[in-house]
Amino acid sequence: MTTMTIAKAINEGLRATLNNNPRALLMGEDIGPLGGVYRVTDGLIAEFGADRVVDTPLAESGIIGTAIGLSLRGYLPVCEIQFDGFVFPGFNQITTQLAKMHSRSNGNLTVPVVIRIPYGGGIGSIEHHSESPEALFAHTAGLRIITPSNPHDAYWMIQQAVDCQDPVIVFEPKRRYWLKGEVDTESPGTSADPFKAHVLREGTDATVVVYGPLVPVALAAANAAAEDGRSVEVIDLRSISPIDFDTVTDSVRKTGRLIVAHEAPTFGGIGGEIAARVSERAFHSLEAPVIRVGGFHMPYPVAKVEEDYLPDIDRILEALDRALSY
Amino acid sequence: MGATHLPATEFDGTDIEDRLEAEAEARLGDPAEPMVQLLAPDGTLGSDPVFSDYAERLDPEKLRGFYADMAKIRRFDVEATALQRQGQLALWVPLTGQEAAQIGSGRASQPQDYIFPTYREHGVALTRNVDLAELLRQFRGVSNGGWNPKDTNFHLYTLVLAAQTPHAVGYAMGIQRDQKFAASAALAGGAAGQAAEPKAAVMVYFGDGASSEGDVHESMVFAASYKAPVVFFCQNNHWAISVPSSVQTRIPLANRAKGYGFPGIRVDGNDVIAVHAVTEWALERAREGEGPVLIEAFTYRVGAHTTADDPTKYRESAEESRWRAKDPLERLEKYLRAEGMADDAFFEQVRADGDELAAYVRKTTYDLETPDIRTAFANAYVEAHPLVAEELAWFEEYSAGFADEATADEAKPLETARAEGAANR
Repeated sequence: MTTMTIAKAINEGLRATLNNNPRALLMGEDIGPLGGVYRVTDGLIAEFGADRVVDTPLAESGIIGTAIGLSLRGYLPVCEIQFDGFVFPGFNQITTQLAKMHSRSNGNLTVPVVIRIPYGGGIGSIEHHSESPEALFAHTAGLRIITPSNPHDAYWMIQQAVDCQDPVIVFEPKRRYWLKGEVDTESPGTSADPFKAHVLREGTDATVVVYGPLVPVALAAANAAAEDGRSVEVIDLRSISPIDFDTVTDSVRKTGRLIVAHEAPTFGGIGGEIAARVSERAFHSLEAPVIRVGGFHMPYPVAKVEEDYLPDIDRILEALDRALSY
Repeated sequence: MGATHLPATEFDGTDIEDRLEAEAEARLGDPAEPMVQLLAPDGTLGSDPVFSDYAERLDPEKLRGFYADMAKIRRFDVEATALQRQGQLALWVPLTGQEAAQIGSGRASQPQDYIFPTYREHGVALTRNVDLAELLRQFRGVSNGGWNPKDTNFHLYTLVLAAQTPHAVGYAMGIQRDQKFAASAALAGGAAGQAAEPKAAVMVYFGDGASSEGDVHESMVFAASYKAPVVFFCQNNHWAISVPSSVQTRIPLANRAKGYGFPGIRVDGNDVIAVHAVTEWALERAREGEGPVLIEAFTYRVGAHTTADDPTKYRESAEESRWRAKDPLERLEKYLRAEGMADDAFFEQVRADGDELAAYVRKTTYDLETPDIRTAFANAYVEAHPLVAEELAWFEEYSAGFADEATADEAKPLETARAEGAANR
């Protein structure tokens, strides 16, 4: 067991990947000598050279598009998109090419490209640096989407993404890059399957489903609720596509109440999908409507007011009150 | 051989109006810019300080092969158009007029090269030994691909314009890394006694319309930065559906290469000998690690964009006639006959082979099997996926319900039963 931050854990995970897979390589803007704007690739170019840690031209479609070509040649590219809001020049390549290549080739071709995207707000940044576009990708068949919430998952998930034969997008909770935690670099343990949700805290009165940056918020909300005598179960979804509905549904069957929280706007979001599926699977177990906590239907607001936009402990507790008052 | 030997195509920045007028004139068939031409429309062979050497490598057998390929793919084009008109294909994308650009470039590639087409490169597909009947799968609506690119190193058609251009550059970057792997393995003695892999390059096709897409720009930036072994082959057929090439570019497309820092060269796209020579030069150069080249094949889409298009709405028939006078097949036939390389019997045989191919394609098209939607479930992901599995299980159960009804009424096909079942709910 080693203690490290999420950023360092991803760095170590990438190092392990580059060591274990001679055909793995990293691509992105400023990922070389600078080590990325968040230093996630710090030191890797010195260790593995410029053919395997590739500082690319400033062109997201070009990054994803050339990564697809490299994967067709048998390479395992891991692309870094510098910020969530800058993935869109590459959106066409991701959704029309990467996601469909295996299907349209009748299974003959695989394109195991990994795309890392730092996402989410709470860092007081300027426009386009705080968004949560995961639902736009989750809606696209052919992609897998995972998001770590702690250093141990961060270390293993990036390696599991590279090992997966499907394209995988790893959304990295950028405001948690400096969150420290224990990492077992010897074994993933219960994190062996990146597409399985984790019950982080057991409870009986309500279930709160979160992922990525909101996991610590939900755990804090559960602690606060416990002081009021309410027993809240917290689930870290970990995978946004596919979603581990079995774990979520099992929990709801026990608690009867479900709150889903994410930073992304609620409309058309992951929370709505979870609410719909849980209603279909466990309608008679529900004691209250599924309540979503998330961003508002507006472009991500300016940094000075983002606290009012982002779900926090109180917003989750307010949702809990509503659920329990049914 | 360096870029200094190439025809000067640099835009000098003066007389933009004159130049635009010249471009408009060029659309009618007289390009203002110098371009490589070896075989003139009248069938006489000219010379070029660089590319005549390449043309001299072509023996009569190869030249006859070029003609046979061009005739074959034109016959195929006619047949596919007919199949569409008869409702056997949803759509067809004709290539007539572009045979020399495609056969000349495709025949310059080596088996180890990898080719990324757009969606009109049926002639290139022929040179890569793709079964032409398989090519029709996509247009019949039974596949979004149709062939296994690993068998022929001919990638699937890409319909999102220019999206394949960065794929080509990435693939070429992979070739570069493979060569380094091989070199270090050889150094370590691992490759002792083994024959070295032949050097490979990538060629990617796109058109004058697609040249406006951002992906072409990004690809050329990447290719130049990493000196990737890739040849950009632009067929300037003068029309992006209904929009003329003058809307896509105000300078000859080949000149754009200079802005990226690699050679660009315009070739008479209706001259199969020149296209072959220029492409062979570019691919050899790329394989040797000298970086990318942009080839602009100056040609013309004699037919419609697709079978859903109506060129009479946007261009003059006089323009088409002038280009028909530059026909790639006719000029090679004149040359072969004048040089005594081919006789009536040869051309008769080519015609018979074309008819045979057409009959094969027609029959095979009728026989193309409609896939089961279960294959779409199976190919959505490589690895097991719980949502796909759940939806497939639901579909099986749902379908089985109708199958029971169908058993009760054996004369009723499944689809009818399903439609009636839906109507009854």
